[in-house]
Amino acid sequence: MSEIALQVNFALNIALLLMLIAVGVAIARMRSLLAAILLMGVYSLVSAVWLIVMDAADVAFTEAVVGAGISTIVLLGAILLVRAGPVRHNWRMTIAPAVLVLGVGGLLVYAMTGLPEFGDPASPANAYVGRNYLIQTPDEIGVPNVVTAVLASYRGFDTLGETVVVFAAGIGVALMLGFGPRSSLPPLPAAMGDHHVVLRVTARLLIPLIALFAFYVQFHGDLGAGGGFQAGVILAVAPILHALVFGLHETIAALPVRAVRSIATLGVLLFAGVGVICMINGGGFLDYDHLFPPGVEAIIPPGLLGDPDHAHQWGQHFGIFFIELGVLLTVAATMVTIFYGFAGRAVEEP
Amino acid sequence: MILFEALYVAPPALTAQAPILVIAGPLIGACAAALSPGGRTAWVVSVLTAVFALWMAVAVAGEVAREGAIDYALGGFAPPMGIALRIDALGATMALLIASVGLMGALYSGHALESEVRAEKRTLFQSGYLVCLAGFLGLVLTGDAFNAFVFLEVSSIGTYALVAVGEARDRRALPAAFNYLIFGTVGATLYVLGVGFLYAATGTLNLADMAPRLAALGDNSAVQAGLAFIVAGLGVKAAMFPLHGWLLGAYAGAPSLVSVFLAATATKAAIYLIIRFVFGVFPEGEFGENFLRWILAPLAAAAVIICSMQAIFEREVRRILAFSSVAQVGFILLGASLATTAGLSAGVFYLVAHALMKGALFMAVGAFAISVRARTVEDFSGIAREAPWSAAAFAVGAASLVGAPLTMGFLAKWSLVSSALQAGEIWIVVVLAIGSLLTLIYVGRILEAMFFRAPVRGAERASEAPVGVLVPLFVFSGLSLWFGVDATLPASLANASASVLMGEAP
Amino acid sequence: MSVAATHFNYLAVVVLMMIGLYVLFSTRNLIKQMIGLGLFQTSTALFYISLGKVSGGTAAIKIYADSVEGRMLAAPLDPDFVQQFGVGGVVYSNPLPHVLILTAIVVGVATLSVGLSIAVRIREAYGTVEADEIEAVTRVDAARVGRDP
Repeated sequence: MSEIALQVNFALNIALLLMLIAVGVAIARMRSLLAAILLMGVYSLVSAVWLIVMDAADVAFTEAVVGAGISTIVLLGAILLVRAGPVRHNWRMTIAPAVLVLGVGGLLVYAMTGLPEFGDPASPANAYVGRNYLIQTPDEIGVPNVVTAVLASYRGFDTLGETVVVFAAGIGVALMLGFGPRSSLPPLPAAMGDHHVVLRVTARLLIPLIALFAFYVQFHGDLGAGGGFQAGVILAVAPILHALVFGLHETIAALPVRAVRSIATLGVLLFAGVGVICMINGGGFLDYDHLFPPGVEAIIPPGLLGDPDHAHQWGQHFGIFFIELGVLLTVAATMVTIFYGFAGRAVEEP
Repeated sequence: MILFEALYVAPPALTAQAPILVIAGPLIGACAAALSPGGRTAWVVSVLTAVFALWMAVAVAGEVAREGAIDYALGGFAPPMGIALRIDALGATMALLIASVGLMGALYSGHALESEVRAEKRTLFQSGYLVCLAGFLGLVLTGDAFNAFVFLEVSSIGTYALVAVGEARDRRALPAAFNYLIFGTVGATLYVLGVGFLYAATGTLNLADMAPRLAALGDNSAVQAGLAFIVAGLGVKAAMFPLHGWLLGAYAGAPSLVSVFLAATATKAAIYLIIRFVFGVFPEGEFGENFLRWILAPLAAAAVIICSMQAIFEREVRRILAFSSVAQVGFILLGASLATTAGLSAGVFYLVAHALMKGALFMAVGAFAISVRARTVEDFSGIAREAPWSAAAFAVGAASLVGAPLTMGFLAKWSLVSSALQAGEIWIVVVLAIGSLLTLIYVGRILEAMFFRAPVRGAERASEAPVGVLVPLFVFSGLSLWFGVDATLPASLANASASVLMGEAP
Repeated sequence: MSVAATHFNYLAVVVLMMIGLYVLFSTRNLIKQMIGLGLFQTSTALFYISLGKVSGGTAAIKIYADSVEGRMLAAPLDPDFVQQFGVGGVVYSNPLPHVLILTAIVVGVATLSVGLSIAVRIREAYGTVEADEIEAVTRVDAARVGRDP
């Protein structure tokens, strides 16, 4: 009985990797871009299952939402706008890349032999800093999900950088495709808003549920898989669905372009602001232990901010709460901005 | 660095936080710019933020001069559990350089944007510019390998979009930006792959923690592959030959401010990271030595000769300057490949010199472009008579590039030659000589057209650039002259940086 | 043979990386290049996650050893193994690569969005998204530069 569970895990691992390779080869050989994009979605979903087998719950969630969700939407929007036809193949073009790829691949295989065994708990990677996070999180941060603790607290600066990357992508897409005060929106053709009753009713039911689920993922990111990034993308799906069913014009009337961009900016400001507040209260940047001014336990009634036995963790809990909120705002707003960019461009062409 | 010891520019509480404020300032400034109501406000925000960043960079440099390397643990967690900024002489030098270029660029953008970027996009442009600035500053100050990747991508994503904005002037900016994105992302992914190998071997991401662990490991195929992929990935970003394909189109097509910023900071930050890994993280040993001697040095030499030759055959001035940039990166890496204190010092000095002179050259080209569509060498005929001040600044930058005496470029080339002679690498001296000769040829073509030919009959007349543009331009060219006469400041920074890297000082 | 078994994940990851690079370099269509780039980036993520997996481990969310899940997870494992490599009586996989890859995935989608928006503008400016057709037009552009009065 004892060994079977481990063997099943390993067997699933191998099977899923082989499936990924098969899908990858299929994508390489695909002529139709639409098929290739849908296969990419399949690839992301299979990766997500593989990630669960690898015990990476948060990553699986993110890959499913971002890889199979937003990436597919953006790619589909792009091929719609470029009116892409089938990709041409030229056998002459395959030789040089194949040689290059075999060379780099050979180098990589040689390099892989120097790596520790797969699944080895005593490898340097698994026995050092990674393990210390598991040991120290319950006491220093007090959050059950260690990945969230590392993401939001220990390596919070990386997460700030990542949020800025998302913000920069929003700026980039807005610079390339965005609306400005000078580009006037012509009346939308009826095709953008679908009139079918079933779609409209279902969308009206689903949109608030999607938003609710997004907030659930956001606030339970500490306790289980989840967090700001996943929640942000899910939250962005609500306006996107609204635009697809009711028309972009309606959605923009409810969520104007400038407002959405301002929300993205506010998210980054919230995150950086938390860091600055910690600095002002005497700690370092993003040092949540100094989020509250010293002596706050004396003023606040017990139980309001959390378990009084773990008062030293209040700063961490609230720090993580606020920065995840910042991440949610920026990610959701940027995804909506990107959608506006692609969807809005479709209108401007004759 | 001695000059900075006596410099107390900020109250102690602020100075203690200065390392993070150098990065957080531009980030918050970018948000403020994005929220600004108009292009003018965004420009003011940009300039103020850049001034703040430079102020904090000077404060940091002062601390480093007094205390040696500074560590700043983010989140209050000591490394390797948390991420730490680690600033030594080299990091302080790079931060000063990037912050200065950032300020000059921000000043320059006031007028330059009017002719090159559509009105409604200027707020976003300034926001993107500040994000890039924050990214580069974060890159040179961090002490964590993965954090370096995050800030590398922060700066890169902004840059891709900013280059593409040049399509208003020249639609070739678009495929150039796309190409840049592909190359840049492949480079970043290779870098992450390399870091993965190093992480697998050491279990930590903190650079200072990694170094002794790598030394204890000895020869290991994973570690060697890690080095190879890191250098290859960063080499793409630094436009190391033969991975430089993206740079030509990007420099030529981007708005002139972006070309200035790219030429003076983007490649320099990537070169910084290469030097940091090769000399600061990787253990000394046969593999490292062979790598420098048989791979890095020959590729750098090839860059110098081949790209200088290609520059001679180009018609468009910006493309000439772009090829020239790749060649000059070769000069810098030749100095670094010597692996001696003198060689590294010469490399860092050349890096600063190149940032200043290329910054001046691209700014001057942009200044001409405000009034007239001057793209090829023929278009530049007689422009010296129509825009004398810009032309003078261009001439100073060009002289520095060639290595004329009294310019910083001359001292830079001289220190490269003397360090090569010291190390006994005569072939490097030969390569340097050939490269300088080729530089003279392609620079001479442009100068000859500008100063000695009559303007093309029937073409538009150029006019002098506004004062707002001339000020940063003159700062760059002026510094190229000033440091050519009195190089104490950059030389001391370069020497301190090299000492730190070679392990002779903290 | 044993290397293939103990390092299978890494070999598979190499194959996926090579597929991604091949798609990127062998196609002239800009959209397909972005797809290849995405494949390449995702496979790097798979590499990191493979590094962090611990045999017999579980996701890095705290489980109490005396709860139902805790006992179920510990059942197939040797108690000495759990004692040595577990934390609080449960063996977890390494959370650090997960955090890094979360960041990398988000960076990947950001790059994808910017790249595709540039590709859309290229289509509008050049009428095509095939790189060789664009290059042909670019060469004509370059030859024409400077001749305008």
